[in-house]
Amino acid sequence: MKDSLIIGGTTLENRLFLGTGKFSHHALMAEVIRHTGVQVVTVALRRIDFTAQEENVMQHVPRECLLMPNTSGARNAEEAVRIARIARAAGAGNWIKIEVISDQHYLLPDNFETIKATEILAQEGFVVLPYMNPDLMAAKRLKEAGAAAVMPLGAPIGSNRGLQTKEMIRILIDTIDLPIIVDAGLGRPSQAAEAMEMGAAAVLVNTAVATANDPLLMAVAFNHAVKAGRLAYLAGPAAAKQTAEASSPLTGFLR
Amino acid sequence: MGFYDIYSPYNNFDFPGFFRQVSAENVQAVLAKESLTPEDFLILLSPAAEAYLELMAQRAHRETVQNFGRVIFLFTPLYLADYCENQCLYCGFNVKNTFPRRKLSPGEVEKEAVEIAKTEMKHVLILTGESRKHTPPSYIKECLQVLERHFTSISLEIYPLEIEEYADLIGAGVDGLTIYQEVYNEEIYDAIHPAGPKRDYRYRLDAPERGCRAGMRTVSLGPLLGLNDWRREVFFAGLHADYLRREFWDVEVGLSFPRFRPHRGNFQPQTMVSDRNFVQIILAGRLFLPRAGITVSTRERAELRDNILPLGVTKMSACSSTAVGGRIEVKEGVGQFEISDRRDIEAMKEMLLGRGYQPIFKDWHKV
Repeated sequence: MKDSLIIGGTTLENRLFLGTGKFSHHALMAEVIRHTGVQVVTVALRRIDFTAQEENVMQHVPRECLLMPNTSGARNAEEAVRIARIARAAGAGNWIKIEVISDQHYLLPDNFETIKATEILAQEGFVVLPYMNPDLMAAKRLKEAGAAAVMPLGAPIGSNRGLQTKEMIRILIDTIDLPIIVDAGLGRPSQAAEAMEMGAAAVLVNTAVATANDPLLMAVAFNHAVKAGRLAYLAGPAAAKQTAEASSPLTGFLR
Repeated sequence: MGFYDIYSPYNNFDFPGFFRQVSAENVQAVLAKESLTPEDFLILLSPAAEAYLELMAQRAHRETVQNFGRVIFLFTPLYLADYCENQCLYCGFNVKNTFPRRKLSPGEVEKEAVEIAKTEMKHVLILTGESRKHTPPSYIKECLQVLERHFTSISLEIYPLEIEEYADLIGAGVDGLTIYQEVYNEEIYDAIHPAGPKRDYRYRLDAPERGCRAGMRTVSLGPLLGLNDWRREVFFAGLHADYLRREFWDVEVGLSFPRFRPHRGNFQPQTMVSDRNFVQIILAGRLFLPRAGITVSTRERAELRDNILPLGVTKMSACSSTAVGGRIEVKEGVGQFEISDRRDIEAMKEMLLGRGYQPIFKDWHKV
């Protein structure tokens, strides 16, 4: 049976999403996409120069990829909404990753403004994927506002600290009936595998791949890890135990 | 409360005594810490830290790549006018220097913009001297109307303004502010600014904060290296940036450490900052403020700019002219200072890509 991820009516087979901001060369990003079969790529609208011929990141994103512009740089809902509209008007498609960040030190998302932007953009027909701090009530409101998925952070952007918010993400996966995509903070393939084993629908990485010594090899490693984690989730892992367990020492007499 | 309240308690601080006491162990301890205090920053600026530049460089490189990626943001300065009422001893625009002054008309701004736009550059930094008579905010606004058609991000490096004036220019298309205190030491500041509106130390000191309050997206500051003991000056610039980032979470606070360059006039700098110390400054700045943008301009030699790429630099100016109308006139006018790195955009791109850095021309889209 095929194990597809469906977001906003689009069927995806690859659950590794790729960020683009930190690669040393646009062409390297394109190579990573080719080698991994990544299908969803996020690009900051702030970086896209629709007039440039050569240095335009868009020209390096393969056509078969689904482009998910993001609102990086937005400090409030209003700016995020305007960025999204510019992206769509410029032909960058219907998907939008909302990023509203007004803390320039830890780059933590503003859930409140993110919910506001999600509501407006979902009503305008965008497929909205909001980047968020994993909070159950905020995720619930994002769903009510029309989000197509929610994207909680594992740790602050670029920190490579892994699944620091694991328990909160587990609660989102358990409770929110939308794809939960772990975005930001994953530094190693093992952490991506862990997120997928927990039931995350996909993961999004950039720093961990783009700043590795060998970005291409690291991307391939993440790709395998995401697939392995997904298979493990589907297989239903046996429960882990602290100690070896004798068979029914207290209730054996019931046999 | 403003930055002066943080700065002034240091008036009686014994910097030489502090530096004498810094040991190798102190430096090692700082390098083992995850986040740095102002005192840690001062330790990294000490003579004792000079023996640890390679270790500092490795950490600075890691943190910069992690936070910013393997990319360098490029921008270019555009001088609108050189009228000035100040007598800054170290500046070519000093009112006492006699040369034909001028300001660009909107039509000339358009021509310069067209020349710059050919390089794919989307971010310009506009500069003037300090003359509210010749280049009032209304003139800047006129120029912005032209520039907005060509660039997606426009920063200001002009005389200090009121909050409302900054806000007005933000409404007209500006998103960034660069303003250098030049020198934090008040006595030296007084001595090298003998006349003109720039004599008001506090008004200039508080300008970056007024820019933040007005809604600037990026604010960049720094000392002009050469006017005083660089260790103290860099320390205060770092504290200033740290103060702003704590007060204004949403502003990208950046640093720049321009070194004194030859100019029209005969001012001799108090100290010259060696390449080695310049590197120490960048590294200490990066480790103290891991998220701060660090700009290195064409004041610096091409070879040095290339070598310090991995050490913490995030922004570079390129294809610069420090003269009004420098791109549209056959005979270049009088510049504010001499440029060292004169490479064209193709050479810059080739160098950056060759060294594993993606040049970024556009990093903001006005919304």
